[in-house]
Amino acid sequence: MLKPGPFYQRDREWHPPAHTPNYKTSVSRSPQYSMISLENNVSEITGPTFGHNDIDPLDKDLIYNYAKSGESAIGERIILHGRVLDENAKPIPNTLVEIWQANAGGRYRHKKDTYLAPIDPNFGGCGRTLTDENGYYYFRTVKPGAYPWRNWVNNWRPAHIHMSIFGTAFCQRLITQCYFEGDPLIAKCPIVNTIPDPAAIELLVAKLDLNATIPLDTIAYKFDIVLRGRRSTLFENRPEGN
Amino acid sequence: MTQQLDYLKETPSQTAGPYVHIGLAPGAAGFDIYRQELGWDIAGPNARGERIRVEGVVIDGMGSPIKDVMLETWQANSEGIYAHPEHTGDVEDGFRGWGRVITDFDTGEWGFDTVKPGPVKLPDGKVSAPHISLWIVARGINVGLQTRLYFEDETEANAADPVINLIEWEKRRQTLIARKTERDGKTVYRFEVKLQGPDETVFFDI
Repeated sequence: MLKPGPFYQRDREWHPPAHTPNYKTSVSRSPQYSMISLENNVSEITGPTFGHNDIDPLDKDLIYNYAKSGESAIGERIILHGRVLDENAKPIPNTLVEIWQANAGGRYRHKKDTYLAPIDPNFGGCGRTLTDENGYYYFRTVKPGAYPWRNWVNNWRPAHIHMSIFGTAFCQRLITQCYFEGDPLIAKCPIVNTIPDPAAIELLVAKLDLNATIPLDTIAYKFDIVLRGRRSTLFENRPEGN
Repeated sequence: MTQQLDYLKETPSQTAGPYVHIGLAPGAAGFDIYRQELGWDIAGPNARGERIRVEGVVIDGMGSPIKDVMLETWQANSEGIYAHPEHTGDVEDGFRGWGRVITDFDTGEWGFDTVKPGPVKLPDGKVSAPHISLWIVARGINVGLQTRLYFEDETEANAADPVINLIEWEKRRQTLIARKTERDGKTVYRFEVKLQGPDETVFFDI
């Protein structure tokens, strides 16, 4: 059995750069010196692990996890599902996936959000789950609404769900956003467009998945997530001097 | 034509945005939803070693504290062992070594309680000085920033640390050293992260 080695270097030309002036907040929050490149060592290839004691089964059902008994969240009912893989296309089991989003009207349940769309009393807006042994995860929620934000005078975020994923190592830690196929706001969003390569943006757009739809009940979108992969240690070099 | 490599590309990062708390610390967003939020107890009740507090602030390029930042911490226990299947050795029951830290919305100050990590033995025989890895996300940060917090009172270990020594400019090494203070008999380390300017914190591409 091959021993796992360091992770593949993160492709910094694929991810958004830190300084992206059309997303104005990044200007004063982007480091200006070069990062120091660090080969993976113990602190990087380890990371927190989570188990079923940490979360509850209802946590992944955003339609009901904050609703009063007998009620449910308002909006287009969707299933968001997919797999967490690494760059070798290998599933990552038992990894924590957390999501948060605005409600169907585009309003967040957050003390700092003052958008005029109403709060849904039955919708909290967060969920979490562990992938199964095949790296598979699923959530039930409502499709979030688009909302305006202050950047240019007239910016609207496309409908999106924020996603936080761990993997097995602290160097795989990732937060991203999932968008929905067909949304004309995606191409116009300064946050989406911090990503230089259109092929990378495509990876953030969930596809309508009619096969996973529950007829007469809930529509489905498929969203796979890819975390950094790692190479195998093929040849061990003896430390110098031994 | 050549054969094709069949690797996948990593999902690109996007900012955590201003409402990261809803997902990762809903209590701070203003509502109670989960049986337990994750990351509040880094060391657990049984951890051996010195109990410490770490406090700080993240400062933007205008010199203002960032009030909507979230940090995650990752550290070994006091014996230098990480709670991870690939690191040989046992940790105390309840020790995860991972934490989530949010700022005060008014001041931008943050703080967490933990135990001081021990030095970590590396596979090549070198030793890593005691440190806590930090991952910093916020509105305006497109890819989470990785840095390390080292301790002022570990002068010798810091001087031999292979990561600190990778930093060519000695002055910049100081940006990774938390300053030791005491309050009510308890050790408090102060760590200020600066995103820009002449004292910009060293960030790592790991």
